[in-house]
Amino acid sequence: MDRVLFGDNQFFGVNHMSEEKARAQAVRFQDIAAVIKVLDDAYAEGIRAFMCTTHERMSEVCGYFREHREKYPDFKFFPCLPYAHKYANAAAELGMIGAVRSFLPTDNALGALLKGGMSLARKDIEGLAGLLIDAEMKMFAGLETPVIFLQNVATDFLLGLGFDEAFRMFNDHVREHYEAEPGFITMNAPYLLQRLAKIGLKNPIICANINKIAFRMCGGIDAYEQMIAEGRCRLIAMSVFASGALPPREALEYVCRFAHIEAIVFGASNRNNIAQTKHLIETLTPIQ
Amino acid sequence: MEQTTLRVAIIGLGKMGLSHQSIVNTHPQLKLVSVCDSSSYILDVLSRYTGVKTYSDYKRMLAEETLDCVFIATPSKYHAEIVTAALERNLHVFCEKPFALDPEIGYRLADLAESKKLVNQVGYHYRFVAAFNEAKRLLESNLIGKLHHVHAEAYGPVVLRTKGSTWRSQKSEGGGCLFDYSCHAIDLVNYLVGRPLAVSGTVLNSVFSNDVDDEIYSTFEFPNGLFGQLATNWSDESFRKMSVKISIWGTNGRINVDRQELQVYVRALPEPSGIGLTTGWNVSYTTQLTPPVWFYVRGEEYSAQIDHFVQCVKTGAVPRSSFRSASDTSLVANRMRADADKTRTIVDLGESHLSASDTLPESRRTRSFVRALVDRFRVGGI
Repeated sequence: MDRVLFGDNQFFGVNHMSEEKARAQAVRFQDIAAVIKVLDDAYAEGIRAFMCTTHERMSEVCGYFREHREKYPDFKFFPCLPYAHKYANAAAELGMIGAVRSFLPTDNALGALLKGGMSLARKDIEGLAGLLIDAEMKMFAGLETPVIFLQNVATDFLLGLGFDEAFRMFNDHVREHYEAEPGFITMNAPYLLQRLAKIGLKNPIICANINKIAFRMCGGIDAYEQMIAEGRCRLIAMSVFASGALPPREALEYVCRFAHIEAIVFGASNRNNIAQTKHLIETLTPIQ
Repeated sequence: MEQTTLRVAIIGLGKMGLSHQSIVNTHPQLKLVSVCDSSSYILDVLSRYTGVKTYSDYKRMLAEETLDCVFIATPSKYHAEIVTAALERNLHVFCEKPFALDPEIGYRLADLAESKKLVNQVGYHYRFVAAFNEAKRLLESNLIGKLHHVHAEAYGPVVLRTKGSTWRSQKSEGGGCLFDYSCHAIDLVNYLVGRPLAVSGTVLNSVFSNDVDDEIYSTFEFPNGLFGQLATNWSDESFRKMSVKISIWGTNGRINVDRQELQVYVRALPEPSGIGLTTGWNVSYTTQLTPPVWFYVRGEEYSAQIDHFVQCVKTGAVPRSSFRSASDTSLVANRMRADADKTRTIVDLGESHLSASDTLPESRRTRSFVRALVDRFRVGGI
């Protein structure tokens, strides 16, 4: 896995510290060309992996990179599914089951339609999960997706319910149908790791908030540092700047000291910031 | 503090019920005993994959299970019946909002719960957002002086087209922007500055919906010369998700607060001066304001409100968001709806006041003529 991953919050008006900042970013990146320009800059700075949600607008980005593969031969996507708001809004409008039904494939062969309807009717959750994953992954067809993530709203919701089997279903489907590694995004990493170990998912890829001020690190900083030291999972650190609350050097000095944190994902909206952050990560990562 | 576990059940497994289940199930002082819903589909899936005990009849569940408390997240029209049943079995109750569509019923339930000394809480989760609580703390310290205006806004992309077939699109079932969206803003205003004495100029407007309102505007009058305005609209696609913002003006400054950020403009610092405050703008963020929670799904406030409920049951404290405060919110909403039906003050001066060069468009000329005729009849002229 690459050491530096590029995130997408800034492109979709997401900022966990300030709604005002989020809105300004949403306006800036309304035009897909602006998004592609920043990704272009990231590529120019040596970043080769883009961790992104399955927001509808991402399909335009995917289309661009599919068309210009020769320009970005080694660029990888790390999809994070599902895009939660899509489902939350649908659930509010159509009810829970109606929402699930609305996201099942309708444009595909009769086979998929039947399969969806039957899975739904027979409460074949594994089948349903597979269909929903496939629907979310459609936009990445033809692109390199070495790791496919379950978004934190889904991961933590299922984790809380005790629906551990869902993680196995996700794991199996991603490995079998996409020859990719499954990853789990969460705000409750120590607890998640415990549950994954119980169902026999060894050394999983976990992406979690890891920052000096313990922002959204449920279980506490000590539990996280212990988890990191034990090295029983492959960790990707996100929200390393705590959505802007920490100055870059201080933030990265904390995260980079841990040998068992394999990768860091961050977002930025201009080439300068991308270059600075990547440079800081490289200089602060001890040589192993 | 006792470490005994409270036995809890959940009734109603829609979006909020399932969200509560996820959080309740991880709380170290709660034991989830069973869940109840009318959908056998959802019950089957949950039973198979999480092992939770399920019921389709809440009365049977309450009769058969030994419980300490219950979470009720059914559509609002069932709240009164189920809350009453739970209280009669001496259970502490957490109920989703809107609590009771009829405030009279809400207050009666509050009386019943209080007389039995049962903890009663309603899911107005904004009362558990750190930024709003910090704003409340500053208001109580009189930092921005005598308050003269409050502006409360709630916007979101919930209804963007003419469609809808759930309880949310039925007025009689607690659907509509007023009960689903505005109530959050109303409840927050009540929490921050107190309940209004009167409402006026209320507009309930449909943008896309057939049976319910999509946007609500109203003017609030509070004691001591404070006035406020409420603006809520759930048909705004420019918002990625629900966004609530409150602005408050006082003689010594101003507060702008939303879920993540608190901005305070201070004209003159009090003596002794507030810790860490300067004159001019002071900004703080959720990253520094929000205490951590043991388990996070969607937002700290969803966990914090449940932990608050548990601690209130243990200590006997009155919850920050209770049946009574929620009934206050329903009361305001109720009065707003009544106010919206009242006559309004026409601005139009009528044709006789136009100068020679003015021309009314055809339709307005016709209307003015008809109005003049109608007025003549009303006065009993002809």
